[in-house]
Amino acid sequence: MVDAAVAFGRVLRGAGLSVGPDRVMEFVRALEELDAGRREDVYWAGKVTLTSRPEDGETYDRAFEIFWERGGEYRQRPVPKMRFRIPPPKDSVLPAKKTVRPNREGDREAVTLRYSPVEVLRRKDFSEYTPEEFRELDRLLEELSLGGALRKTRRLEPARRGHYDARRTMRGAMRTGGETVRHRFRRARSEPRRVVVLCDVSGSMSPYSRALLRFLHAGVISGAPFESFSLGTRLTRLTRELAIRDPDAALRRAADAMEDFSGGTRLGDALKEFVDRWGQRGMARGAVVVILSDGWDRGDVDVLAEQMARIHRLAYHVIWVNPLKARPGYQPLAAGMAAALPYVDTFLSGNNFESLRRLARAISDAAERDRHGA
Amino acid sequence: MSSGANGRRGAMPPGVTNAVELQKKLGEHDYLADEGLSTAIYLTLRLGRPLFLEGEAGVGKTEVAKVLSRILDTPLIRLQCYEGIDVYQAVYEWDYARQLLHIRATEALGGDRENLERDLYSREFLISRPLLQALEHEGETPPVLLIDEVDRSDDEFEAFLLEILSDFSVTIPEIGTIRAERPPIVVLTSNRTREVHDALKRRCLYFYIEHPGFEREVEIVRVRVPEAEERLARQVAAAVGRMRRMDLYKPPGVAETIDWTRALVALGARELDERLVEATLGSVLKYHEDQQRTTAAGLAALVAGARGA
Repeated sequence: MVDAAVAFGRVLRGAGLSVGPDRVMEFVRALEELDAGRREDVYWAGKVTLTSRPEDGETYDRAFEIFWERGGEYRQRPVPKMRFRIPPPKDSVLPAKKTVRPNREGDREAVTLRYSPVEVLRRKDFSEYTPEEFRELDRLLEELSLGGALRKTRRLEPARRGHYDARRTMRGAMRTGGETVRHRFRRARSEPRRVVVLCDVSGSMSPYSRALLRFLHAGVISGAPFESFSLGTRLTRLTRELAIRDPDAALRRAADAMEDFSGGTRLGDALKEFVDRWGQRGMARGAVVVILSDGWDRGDVDVLAEQMARIHRLAYHVIWVNPLKARPGYQPLAAGMAAALPYVDTFLSGNNFESLRRLARAISDAAERDRHGA
Repeated sequence: MSSGANGRRGAMPPGVTNAVELQKKLGEHDYLADEGLSTAIYLTLRLGRPLFLEGEAGVGKTEVAKVLSRILDTPLIRLQCYEGIDVYQAVYEWDYARQLLHIRATEALGGDRENLERDLYSREFLISRPLLQALEHEGETPPVLLIDEVDRSDDEFEAFLLEILSDFSVTIPEIGTIRAERPPIVVLTSNRTREVHDALKRRCLYFYIEHPGFEREVEIVRVRVPEAEERLARQVAAAVGRMRRMDLYKPPGVAETIDWTRALVALGARELDERLVEATLGSVLKYHEDQQRTTAAGLAALVAGARGA
């Protein structure tokens, strides 16, 4: 029985569940309490000891069926073919070369070879970046402070005034033999307010996706509470994928997770998925929500408006970043953009590094007002 | 202080020797669990492991702890988690008012000031909060400790829980280590507002409670609202089932099904009709948008569909 349990644990581990030896031993103990000859008992003993998330359930069921009912032969189901594969070379991550637009002068050669000094680079449109410049962007992003957005928590810390702190007052009194009592106080401690960034990765955004995803990466690894998602035809949570330091590896992992990269957009539906699955349960509550998108929505615009209204009700502050906003004479004509704007607190451009710097400051400012109680 | 060695773990209601018997026992106490959940609870009692329950709001996670305390005839100790909860609210706190009085009294009576501090930080001035109460409980059967909505607490508190759930003891610097004679039966619940850390889940048996199927839900309604006629119970369960498929912001849970049935019974309903549904919609759908959506989709159709079931 132990051998079978260990083998089954290995199979589940291979299928991506985090099943350590401790869990396997727990499984064996559970089997000892039940009827190990009965299929249902084995099934439930394994389910309660070897899974720890509802998403694990499906993998577990598949593995269980194959392992226990077909005599322990287990082969992983072939991975579905991704529409977007990342070639391994270091600097070929996002976007695909052919989507890099030639600059205004139409001189593609000049764009790919020229290296811009930092000052120029800060204002250069991401869609005109060369691979070397993306490398430079990583350095710039490292300097960008994203952990600055603060909010109050319910935890209290010592302060000169605020809530009465009987515990510390008592301690103080002890030291002086209980005579001169100095009153002590506490107040709410400030902690980083959660930032949730939703990045549109549809085809129309592709000249900017690579730079914006790097921004997401910088946020995730900044140590601040920072959640990131991609929006396309569906919603993909990228926080876990982006949580490694190396930007190229992180972006490759993110791209593997997104099945809808450079596809269409159903902004409204993807946002709905976000609010349903994550936002309403707590992630968006009191958070600074940032949406990076040009507002082109091939879905139902009413859905988008309704979801933006929900986000606006949940979030502390909603920021919309549109790379197209920097273009001369820009008007929010895209139907989706127009529908979303009433629910946006801050509307920014997002086409170059300078605009990302402004975004980082806008995120901090959103919380700054909070600290002064306005 | 007490230094039990975390003796025999687990507890089992009399007459229960396997998961099927436990399922029956739970049913006798008005909790209808399916085979998976009864097996999970059975293992929790046998192995003395905490049970980690997840699922949508209203599927009966908290009820599990309550029914366990009933069938084991043991106290239910509840710790409601919230953002910012800390050790002083969860484990112990000193009784400052009494400590100050004690200081004054000692001074006034010219008492022993040498040992004042030791006296002040003795068990006498300690207030037990839920976790300490659960560890200190004395009696044949360990208590049921419900740690509700653990996803609302923060990382620091989670780490602390992990420690407590590992060896069922807590150290108070002034007093020493307090260890449970017999570990409490622990039920943790989470609504998944955030992902609880794996390390904590690994200490537990895990079960995800789904919405019940139609027949089970009818049974649950019949058990929890015995005044409701079977026809009404079936129609309510069918209507709720339809609502869950309607893509609402907050699909109704079993708790809402029961609330709704109670509301209908209070209005003297014997079966669903459009007027009654309209009047009681607020007891099953808690979001204005959800009510609007359901009304727009047609209450008549909802009622007709439910009556046909």
